[in-house]
Amino acid sequence: MSAIASRITADADAVDHAVVARRARTRGWWYVAEHRIRSMRSYVASWFGLSIGEPFLFVMGLGLGLALLVDANQGAQGVDGVPYLVFIAPALMMASAMQTSANENTWGVFGGFKWFPMFFAMNGTPISAAQIVLGYQLATLVRVALPLVTFTAMILLLGLGDAAGALLLLPIGLLLAASMGFAVMAWVATQTRDRGQLSFIERFVVLPLTLFSGTYFPLETLPWFLHWIGWISPLWHAAELGRAALYGAPLTPLMALVHVGFLILLAVVACALSIRIFRKRLDR
Amino acid sequence: MPTTASAPVIAATGLTKRYGDFTAVDGIDFEIAPGEAFGFLGPNGAGKSTTMRMIAATSTRTSGELSVLGFDPADHGPEIRAQLGIVPQADQLDEELRVIDNLIVYGRYFGLPLPYVRRRAEELLEFAQLTEKRKARVDGLSGGMKRRLTIARGLINAPKAMLLDEPTTGLDPQARHVLWDRLFRLKEEGTTLVLTTHYMDEAEQLCDRLVVVDKGAIVAEGSPSALIRQYSTREVLEVRFGSARNEEAARGIEGIGERIEVLPDRVLVYADDGEAAMSAVHDRGLSPVTSLVRRSSLEDVFLRLTGRSLVD
Repeated sequence: MSAIASRITADADAVDHAVVARRARTRGWWYVAEHRIRSMRSYVASWFGLSIGEPFLFVMGLGLGLALLVDANQGAQGVDGVPYLVFIAPALMMASAMQTSANENTWGVFGGFKWFPMFFAMNGTPISAAQIVLGYQLATLVRVALPLVTFTAMILLLGLGDAAGALLLLPIGLLLAASMGFAVMAWVATQTRDRGQLSFIERFVVLPLTLFSGTYFPLETLPWFLHWIGWISPLWHAAELGRAALYGAPLTPLMALVHVGFLILLAVVACALSIRIFRKRLDR
Repeated sequence: MPTTASAPVIAATGLTKRYGDFTAVDGIDFEIAPGEAFGFLGPNGAGKSTTMRMIAATSTRTSGELSVLGFDPADHGPEIRAQLGIVPQADQLDEELRVIDNLIVYGRYFGLPLPYVRRRAEELLEFAQLTEKRKARVDGLSGGMKRRLTIARGLINAPKAMLLDEPTTGLDPQARHVLWDRLFRLKEEGTTLVLTTHYMDEAEQLCDRLVVVDKGAIVAEGSPSALIRQYSTREVLEVRFGSARNEEAARGIEGIGERIEVLPDRVLVYADDGEAAMSAVHDRGLSPVTSLVRRSSLEDVFLRLTGRSLVD
């Protein structure tokens, strides 16, 4: 028995605590992401199924059904100058990125403080609150990337739009996921009790944004007094960028800047806010 | 800034934590030497956990001085936690991961290389007597096993000091003894142990020295035996007359032993010779329903110092 004990001591000599602290200060965010990615492995099968199945269902279902109907009525270049499937493909992809990111940041963040208080456990190691926030979001982006890749593959496979432009959809989707993710994270981190309000994000934020952000029809189709929803919607900004990339939808350099700027600004502000809230909540 | 052998591992002066109007920790002073097993004994809400969090630099102190392993927690949290093993009151294990993966993931937070963490995780599972459960899911473990896993997790970075917040609360007696045995082994290897408890037997078993805390303040300090010697008698006679008659019987006992304490369910007579006190009670024509003579414990010290018992 004493052999075990001395082995623990022997190994203890191998740990240099100054190095530990230095590494944690610079790479702590990565260790958080690594942990999250490792946790994902436990539901990797269903995750793969969702990441491949959902884009497939969306593109096939809408492409074979709704798109035929719309094109029959509007003509093959009837919506924004392209077939309907080409028009909605980038927006569907962005909507999926937004939903996945919002979902991860709702249940994962609330759970990390309450159900399985992982954030408090992480806080007991040398890493900081800011690193928890950044690492968590990095892992979310990894999670979002898989369905985005499937979407891109399907777009390329079906020959929708411009192949080179299709490759731009992935970074646009990740930027959207980051800005939406940090925004949801900042709000959820302020919530201490689950009284059903968490599902509001999905029903009263994500769903309306999907419906009113020009996903299924151009924003201009809506009455003018609803256009503001598009302007404050990260999804609309990302979808407009995606459409310009995929099939060259008209986009002035100024508007391109506005779309990208909006997404980056939201991501940065919400990230800073999340860090503040995490720091306060973890400092008990 | 490595600490020398004689310098205290942790030192606090006037350490205070306030939450709004509420003062959780009220200007406490203490020093913990390397290799020492030091305890904070007190009831729930005495400020023990808050003190532990301030030591771990996860709770910012309101005022006072605090030095942990040569660093000030105010600006050197990572440097302090790199050297600490933290066992929080709630286990905070990742229930989505298997037993061994909980150790591996945690070890990575210390920037330790994966091959090293893997090897050490296996050793720690052996130490925590969880080798057979290495691939088990965490939510299937018993309370005692989860606690041992949390302790193993806290050891992954070969800490210089372990912070154990109520290590055995909620465990059955057998699980507690297994855990105490593991902690004893750590102590023998020279790991500094800092623990909080509201169990006097735990404090007596594990602590070289302890402070008794009540309402955020330290009310006494010393080794368990010294505290008992100072604040209590060698033995205690416990007599029960039935809850309705205890008060009245206590008046009849007055004068026997050094001191009398009347509790709702029994009367405690503090005397160096418990048997002699018992005969004296009988000589006065009093016949208790039950009686027992025992050695004084930290519970008696606490009762003496605060007028209340530890576990309400």
